[in-house]
Amino acid sequence: MRVPPRVASWLQVAPMALVFTTMVLIPLGIITVVSFLDYDFARVFPEIYLGSWTDALTSPLTLSLYLTVFKFLLITLAITFVVGFWLAYFLVFHVESTGWRMGLLAAAAIPFWTPGPIRMVSWVPLLGKEGLVNKALMNAGITEAPLDWLLYSEFSVILAYCNLLTLAMLGPITHSMAKIPRSLIQAAQDAGAREWQIVRDVVLPLCKPGIAIGAIFIITAVLGDFFMIKIMSGGQINTPANAIATELAAFQYPPAAAKSVMLLVIVVVLITGLLRVVDIRKELQR
Amino acid sequence: MMRTARGRPPSFYVLATLMIALLIFLYAPMLCVYILSFQGPDGGMSFPMTGWSTHWFEVLFAGTGGQGIGDVPNSFKRSIRLAACVSVLSTIIAVSAGMAYRRKFPGSNFVFYSAIASMVLPSIFIGFGIALTFNLLGWQVNWFTSGIGAQLTWSLPFGLLIMFIVLGRFNPAYEEAATDLGANSGQRFRMIILPIILPGVIGIFVSSITSSYEENARTQLNVGLGNTMPMEITGILTGASTPVLFAIGTLTSLAMFAIILGAVALMTVMARRRANRPDA
Repeated sequence: MRVPPRVASWLQVAPMALVFTTMVLIPLGIITVVSFLDYDFARVFPEIYLGSWTDALTSPLTLSLYLTVFKFLLITLAITFVVGFWLAYFLVFHVESTGWRMGLLAAAAIPFWTPGPIRMVSWVPLLGKEGLVNKALMNAGITEAPLDWLLYSEFSVILAYCNLLTLAMLGPITHSMAKIPRSLIQAAQDAGAREWQIVRDVVLPLCKPGIAIGAIFIITAVLGDFFMIKIMSGGQINTPANAIATELAAFQYPPAAAKSVMLLVIVVVLITGLLRVVDIRKELQR
Repeated sequence: MMRTARGRPPSFYVLATLMIALLIFLYAPMLCVYILSFQGPDGGMSFPMTGWSTHWFEVLFAGTGGQGIGDVPNSFKRSIRLAACVSVLSTIIAVSAGMAYRRKFPGSNFVFYSAIASMVLPSIFIGFGIALTFNLLGWQVNWFTSGIGAQLTWSLPFGLLIMFIVLGRFNPAYEEAATDLGANSGQRFRMIILPIILPGVIGIFVSSITSSYEENARTQLNVGLGNTMPMEITGILTGASTPVLFAIGTLTSLAMFAIILGAVALMTVMARRRANRPDA
């Protein structure tokens, strides 16, 4: 029996479509509906109530939560982009052997085989009051007392994000950069361009897809994170995702739903903007 | 830039230093965990070491010490059970869907953008959504239904993207040759396509194991009774502050290393077998 190609494709893609429909799209619809419903401490009533939304949209707290998370996002994006771009440039244009290039990339990936929560704990012996960094600074006579802003602070949150996400930027940019034909660089060199001119006018514009993919990963990770920021800030810094987690823990479903939909809209707007720069499917298939 | 007769440019050394700095930044915290897990019995969460011992591993396995280290072995079992199911399902579903994308079909954009949405939507949103849906429908959340489902939303998008990479480099000439020789679609898949894309398939399998084992935000509301490893570790994190945490870290890292190195070894062996085959 022969099935038409179109039907064969449908059958092959059906299990995946089923998972995404039942586990992503239907829940998305339900969250949206619930955000408009009335509730008390334990239940959701099937009655329209706009309070969750007016609270979420008008509370000054919402604005300050988003300002906090966007501050972290922008700093993380800036650092991981600068480091990721220059290291990709190093791996693609300075390291000549493919073996070394793959080896260095693999070396950067191996620490991520250690599960996430453990990576968070690992900062204590380094940055804590009795940690190695404080001891080294005191031994060197640079500080007299242990610095307390090294851990459980904005600094440690940004440090943890950069630690986790630099590779998310480095990988896609390296992928894009490796596809730049060497002849282009050679031509620029022959025309008398200096190294920084080649980077600015040739390499940077041609890596835009990689940068966009890296940025998508980072936006998703930072805006959605409620766990790392809780651990690394010692519970002192709150973000929109944190606020949702807190309300979920208290079974306050409709307000949590309203805040979730708001966060979702913001993430989708940012990502859609970036998807205009890059066609992920084409980028991967080349 | 590229090396000239005058040797490496100064920028090489600046960037090499940056590379080394990144590697130190990535490795230093991990090394602290591995070393400190062998801390002496009186030692604490920071250096110096008060002698070397396996005390904290013993505490972990004995389940004694009253530091809230109750249920690590059972949590580990739950996580492994979940990871086994999720990795097998993800591999089958993603490979199958990848094959679908070799043709153009109506609805392909819908599934693709659902995958992207599933990947980029805040995890807490997805986890909450599934739990809420089950709640409103009056179904109990359970590791086997909502738990696996929630984890699939995280592993499948990556599986599909890996399939795009693998099939994008696939040379259709082999398959056409097989068709000309009279192979049917089942034979083509088994004897031509699968062997060629096998490294990618194993990649999907391994990435699904690790993503399942680590996933927490989508899973925690949906696994039903009992903690998984990330939940257990988070609990211990907030409760205990002894080197037991580091012992858990060393052991879970070892387990991950074994799984990943095993998979890489398997891939290397298979790639070599293919390269050595005279007719390949």
